[in-house]
Amino acid sequence: MENAWLIALIPAVAFALIIAFGKKMPFKGAEFGLVSIGASLVIATGAGIQWMQRTDSADHGGEAAQGAFNGIRGALRAAEGAEVKPFIDPVVSQWVWWQNSGLEFGIGSHIDGLSILLLWLVAFISFLVQIFSLDYVRGDRRYTHFFAALTLFSSGMLVMVMASNMVQLILGWEIMGLCSFMLIGHWWEDAYNSHSALKAFFTVRVGDVGLLIGTAILFFGSNQWAIDNLGTNGFDIRAIQAWALSGDGSSWTLLMASVTLFIAAIGKSGQFPFHTWLPDAMAGPTPVSSLLHSSTMVVAGVFLVARIYPVFWEGFNIGNGGLSFIAIIGGITIVIAALLAFVQDDIKKVLAYSTVSQLGYMMLGLGTGAWLPAVFHVFTHAFFKCCLFLAAGSISHSGSHHSFDMKKDMGGLRKFMPITFGAWCVSTLALTGVIPFAGFWSKDEIIDNVGDAGYTFLFWVGLFGAALTAMYMTRATYLTFFGDPRGAAAGIHHDAEHGYATEHRETLVTAATIDRELVTAGAAPKSLGAAAAHGDDHGDHGDHGDHGDHGDHGDDHADHGPRESGKLILVPIVVLAVLALTSGFANPTPLAGDALGLNLGEGVELIKEYVEPRAQAVSLDIAAGHAGESVQLLEPGFVTATGDTAASFVPAAGDKKEGCGRSTPEVGTVCYFPAVSHAVPTLSKILLSLGVVAIGYAAAIGFCIAFYKNKHPKLVGLTERSRVARGGYLFLKNKYYFDALYQNVFVYFVSRPLAKATYWFNQNVIDAAVDGVGAGGKRAGEFVYKNIDQKLVDGAVNASGTIASETGHSLQPIQSGRVNHYASLLFGAAAVGAIVLVILNVS
Amino acid sequence: MLESLLAQADMNGSVNVAMNIAFGIIATVMIFAAFSVVTTKNVVHAALYLVVVLAGVAAQYILAGAEFVAVSQVMVYIGAVMVLFLFGIMLTRAQIGKEEGLNNKGWQLGIPVALLLFGLMAYVIVDTYEDTVIGERTPFLTEGISDHVLSPFLVPFLAISFVLLAAAIGAIVLARKD
Amino acid sequence: MLAVNFLLLAAVLFCIGVFGVIARRNAVMVLMSIELILNAVSLNLVAFALMNNNQEGQVFALYIIAIAAAEVGVGLAMVLMIYRNRKSIALDELSEMKG
Repeated sequence: MENAWLIALIPAVAFALIIAFGKKMPFKGAEFGLVSIGASLVIATGAGIQWMQRTDSADHGGEAAQGAFNGIRGALRAAEGAEVKPFIDPVVSQWVWWQNSGLEFGIGSHIDGLSILLLWLVAFISFLVQIFSLDYVRGDRRYTHFFAALTLFSSGMLVMVMASNMVQLILGWEIMGLCSFMLIGHWWEDAYNSHSALKAFFTVRVGDVGLLIGTAILFFGSNQWAIDNLGTNGFDIRAIQAWALSGDGSSWTLLMASVTLFIAAIGKSGQFPFHTWLPDAMAGPTPVSSLLHSSTMVVAGVFLVARIYPVFWEGFNIGNGGLSFIAIIGGITIVIAALLAFVQDDIKKVLAYSTVSQLGYMMLGLGTGAWLPAVFHVFTHAFFKCCLFLAAGSISHSGSHHSFDMKKDMGGLRKFMPITFGAWCVSTLALTGVIPFAGFWSKDEIIDNVGDAGYTFLFWVGLFGAALTAMYMTRATYLTFFGDPRGAAAGIHHDAEHGYATEHRETLVTAATIDRELVTAGAAPKSLGAAAAHGDDHGDHGDHGDHGDHGDHGDDHADHGPRESGKLILVPIVVLAVLALTSGFANPTPLAGDALGLNLGEGVELIKEYVEPRAQAVSLDIAAGHAGESVQLLEPGFVTATGDTAASFVPAAGDKKEGCGRSTPEVGTVCYFPAVSHAVPTLSKILLSLGVVAIGYAAAIGFCIAFYKNKHPKLVGLTERSRVARGGYLFLKNKYYFDALYQNVFVYFVSRPLAKATYWFNQNVIDAAVDGVGAGGKRAGEFVYKNIDQKLVDGAVNASGTIASETGHSLQPIQSGRVNHYASLLFGAAAVGAIVLVILNVS
Repeated sequence: MLESLLAQADMNGSVNVAMNIAFGIIATVMIFAAFSVVTTKNVVHAALYLVVVLAGVAAQYILAGAEFVAVSQVMVYIGAVMVLFLFGIMLTRAQIGKEEGLNNKGWQLGIPVALLLFGLMAYVIVDTYEDTVIGERTPFLTEGISDHVLSPFLVPFLAISFVLLAAAIGAIVLARKD
Repeated sequence: MLAVNFLLLAAVLFCIGVFGVIARRNAVMVLMSIELILNAVSLNLVAFALMNNNQEGQVFALYIIAIAAAEVGVGLAMVLMIYRNRKSIALDELSEMKG
């Protein structure tokens, strides 16, 4: 664990190697990426095992446990024994990379449960996606750079996840933003793609302002306290956590910091109102979508909130049941994203909105104090969402000929791509939260905790979102895999654009352009025979500009029909599907109690055991460390009220008024994590949530069959007949006019009128000022020349001469040549001189 | 002044009244004559008034106990210098009788200068010598003068002889008709 | 006898002489005024001799008389020269040295 920084360093080195040597390597650089991510994965796994051992040994007062399985055994033992739950100090190794007047900036690793979980997750998902990309992106014109950017992204996210201070976190954050930009715009020749990349980057940038401001606020708030108590500075994350819970920060400071940092999280994680970039980010290649925009990068915002959770806990007063900003935004996001997923034709966009909605769940969880379920949902969501995206990639790669349009080019693919279909179904069930798939354990935990904490309205919002999730996923599944094959799925290959707009400005969808293609296209599919005849005209694919270079298609193109993808694509999908099924059992909370009739004890809650920080006050002499040295804290924090390490410590459990986050810690101790409450699931709640999901499924399946298959006359053409239906459809289709607002109003305003005004200002005011200064200077110069130089200076010079001559002239009469005059002068001067002498001598 | 006379009387026992009166008369005459020298419009009269002044000075010398000097004064000044002056007046065709315009243009300037000088000197003299009294003493002897001339002041004496020689020759050289 | 009498008398003569030097137009008159000045000085010296009971003052007065005589001789010679050359001894007109 001390060398966990290698996890992030190796991919970074690989990035450099790919850039330098990639084109010359046999696999064009992909081997560097794979090897590096693989190495990171191994190290992360090792670090994870060590962490679990550390936790166990702390739990048992020093008993060393070995091996991963021992970890589970150890957890079980702890459950039977005394409730020994000390705070496990994270392992921090840092080096100072810059120092400025006593303020030291460190870079290094900070390993605790949350970091380990995400490090492993990122490494694993990156590894799988890189394997997937080997086949998927093959033949692309910028294959090497794709892998380079992918590797760099992994490095950036790993840097962020293991960050020990805010500066390093921002560093990782920004690297991710950069790589996102590069990867979304991978095929930047198409204007839409570069436009989407810019949109993503700028929208996240708006949030990044909040990140910087929030970091600054936290720094200034906590720096003095950190220096006094912990010997670190205000950027150190542990210091910020401890400071937030120490009662030293004013509630206003914490509120401001929370709001600004959450704005950053909104931007990065695509919450309302910054959600508009995520669907457009689907313009990037599918591996990018699956890695960045579903499982890893977009959870950076969630990670930020989870990491410095005490700040938000105190700032938004989550502990006292107040309706926090985070929860509200999360709740809104769940619903609006889910609604938008209904009107998408692009399968990736459906998944993108689904991601946004699930991120809303995570934020909802964090906002209501359900820290652990939210983090666990990050974990499980990564698996099934990545699996869904990779499956969509597989579909487009081999099924619909690089098209993602469900209505035009898909349908009935389950016959052709059974494995993909199976994985898709497993992941969908996981996403919607059907027992025993992963999503049930995590998402329903969130909803449960929300309800338990007293937020009844948000509880019902969560349930409603679950129902919506079921419904839109059913729609997508039906359109993709069921029904009659359409378009490319039927082997019809058309050169027309695949559903992407190429305009820069958001064009609003009007009633006239509501596509009814599904119904009409479905009515007259061309036969496969005609499709085979079509196959000969596809010798040249030169004008497929928007989906990558087809010039070098390794596979046989004579048969254009959909078929299953190659192994390199399928293996990651299958692995992820398996995990989507099983990962929920890492923290099956209902199984720990009596809810399902099966009580395995609290020991089964592995995530809770190893990841959730303990809400115990830690005595300061154990916790203090110094940034700037290679600090290694290997002693778990173990505190009693008197401050000495004891074998057992009974915390003040159950009382909601005591403990970290609810009361100020004692003098000489610091708290790193607030005492969040954990809902105990009951059978009724579980049945309620399952029931809601089942209702959603039933309704959706019924609708799909009625509308798409049977073309029920009452339903077909509803949007044409009913103004309400059409209005609603258009509202959703235009994404609540948000994009139009942002693009046409804000951006247009800035780019045209504001830019023009600024230009006018520049030319007429600033330049005029400069010219005015110049002209003024010139006039001043002339004035000075005429008046001062000519009249004054020259006058003075001339005057001195004149004075001399005039003095001479005026003194001339003295020399009159007359003796009498001289005599008078003589005697007069003598008299005056004598008077002076007399006066001097007398006085 | 009266107090100082009385003080002198106290010191010396007697006041030499005659001396004072003589002094006073002679002084008055001198001043009047001197004033006339500088203000009269008749050049010859000015010369004659100057004679009176010189005679008065000689008289004052006698009062001051410097008889030899008085005699020398009479002989040299009045006898020689004034004759020179009269010859000079004659040779320069001075007008006999009143002559207009004997004062130059800026003669008013002389009044303040003279007054200033006089004021200054009077102040200084009175301030310094107010109470100085010339008491009884032994008379000066002519031997004393010769003693002084021939020993301490021999060089000036010889120098004066040269000056006189030079003056005589110089006057001849200057005035001859060439 | 007060010493101050002689000294004051000498001062008066001196000042009258100064006035004459300044005010008179005729060169001979100016020389006469200079004589007045010289005599005033001599009287001063004799008075000091009297006051200090020292005959050096009288000796010096003798010298002054001698010098005055020489000076008048030469001076009048010059006046005669001027008269011969310019036919006038009005000092007003003798301003060749005017600057």
